[in-house]
Amino acid sequence: MGRYYQQDIETAPREKILEIQNEKLVRQVRHVWDNVPYYRHLMEEKGVTPEDIRGVEDLHKLPFLSKADLREAYPYGLLGTDLKNCVRIQSTSGTTGRRVVAFYTQHDVDLWEDCTARAIVAAGGTDEDVVQVCYGYGLFTGGAGLHGGSHKVGCLTLPMSSGNTERQIQFMMDLGSTILCCTPSYAAYIGESLAEMGYKPEDNKLKAGIFGAEPWTEEMRRDIEKKLGIKAYDIYGLTETSGPGVAYECEEQHGMHINEDHFLAEIIDPETGEVLPEGEKGELVFTSLDKEAFPLLRYRTRDICVLSRKPCSCGRTHVRMSKPMGRSDDMLIIRGVNVFPSQIETVLLKEGYTPNYQIVLDRERNTDTFDVYVEVSADQFSDLMSQIQKMEKSLEAALRTMLGIGPRVHLVAPKTITRSEGKAVRVIDKRKLHD
Amino acid sequence: MAITQISLFLMNQPGQLVDAVGAISGAGSNIRAMSIAEANDFGILRAIVTDTDKVCSLLKDRFLITRTPVVAAKMDDRSGALYPILSALNKANVNIEYMYAFTGTGPEEAYVVLRVSDPDTTESVLHAHGIQTLSDEGLSL
Ligand SMILES: [Zn+2]
Repeated sequence: MGRYYQQDIETAPREKILEIQNEKLVRQVRHVWDNVPYYRHLMEEKGVTPEDIRGVEDLHKLPFLSKADLREAYPYGLLGTDLKNCVRIQSTSGTTGRRVVAFYTQHDVDLWEDCTARAIVAAGGTDEDVVQVCYGYGLFTGGAGLHGGSHKVGCLTLPMSSGNTERQIQFMMDLGSTILCCTPSYAAYIGESLAEMGYKPEDNKLKAGIFGAEPWTEEMRRDIEKKLGIKAYDIYGLTETSGPGVAYECEEQHGMHINEDHFLAEIIDPETGEVLPEGEKGELVFTSLDKEAFPLLRYRTRDICVLSRKPCSCGRTHVRMSKPMGRSDDMLIIRGVNVFPSQIETVLLKEGYTPNYQIVLDRERNTDTFDVYVEVSADQFSDLMSQIQKMEKSLEAALRTMLGIGPRVHLVAPKTITRSEGKAVRVIDKRKLHD
Repeated sequence: MAITQISLFLMNQPGQLVDAVGAISGAGSNIRAMSIAEANDFGILRAIVTDTDKVCSLLKDRFLITRTPVVAAKMDDRSGALYPILSALNKANVNIEYMYAFTGTGPEEAYVVLRVSDPDTTESVLHAHGIQTLSDEGLSL
């Protein structure tokens, strides 16, 4: 096996890719119109019919689909085929009722696994490799996605799932894992654990890592590469669009190639919805091109990034997306755990606080820090220091129970939370500023 | 006849203390005594001020402020004067959350401010030992 999993399509001339996209888009729009009344209704509201979409240049005529639509349509509202044709469900790990449930036919699973297979081959994977998958298995797309791709490439697959670092390391050393798939923070942790156990980077057989599902920086990449003695590759995806593998890095490590024969990418102005020219920063919007069970047209990812069609030295012709620079979406991924600000609000109200709070995320020694600032009201304020500290501790405990991850709580004076145009700024994510 | 202490929540930020003190003096109030407790992110300014009502109404929109009844026990401004007070309270099993002191307006006169859970009982104990306590009325004299 060479440097590509599906060379013809991965290195196809741009005109050829456009031709494929035009043809698939027309069919996908027709499929959605015929099978997804929810979206058909959105199209009718906008006065668009399938006949109006003759190719990619008509894409902008279609209405957007947002996460709110997915919640509204939960669970079956966006299903594009009979349930009996579906073979799989995956879901976001949201702990509230706001999870996203995605459906797959066997065709959809194949398509997704082709994408992750391309990512594995781009990271140097062949059928000689031993791929250790320590993304979580289960509803989360990480484990299933990389597992399937690894099978397609013919790698020896270790379905480790997440956690139990000691066992991860034992398998890694005993069975000679060559490619590691997990979240970047877990990769860093494994690296630290190896060093603590007295292993040097050259003691393991790893050559590459495919890391995603949470934001990470170039600094973190270098740190992981040094600790594990590998080359670290980024991978991108959303449960809504399939899972990881929608885009992946090649050996250039400079932007992730989007699998454009399956997903059309646009960058829009998040405020106006206007499509922005190549190279401009904006919200990433995906349109699936050949999905059966969960086809999404113009789905707003809320991820802010930049697209580049500059030719890549790897030979792949598919557009590259930058690492997401921010997220206007309400879901936060903190140490690999999905956190919704609304969950924090729920706890605050239950514990008798005002919903005036601010989440500050940062990264210290490659681990996310998670601080919550909460305004105290006059009737809660006490002249006793011990009383206020007790309030902080008990709020921390309540939040940990709800979120599955413990923040540091800081009580602050009323009206001190940063506001922007009168609206409280709920989240300050400093993790992306360190690149 | 406990006296009223005001407590202000101060963020651990430059300018907070000077703002608070400025606001109190802006109310034409005299700070008779104060102490600050501090944690990592915040501090609590506790003060005995004149014109407590006015200070509270002027500051309540800008600061987190609360009133707490505290006991101000009178003592002589000399070595050893605090001992009989604490000794009496200890024997009566009165638990003191915190305390601070200030000098009075009379010669050789001082007060210790005691934050306790039950000011009335505490005052009775002190009075039984011949120790005088201050009232809000007495404070503004
Ligand atoms: Zn490339």
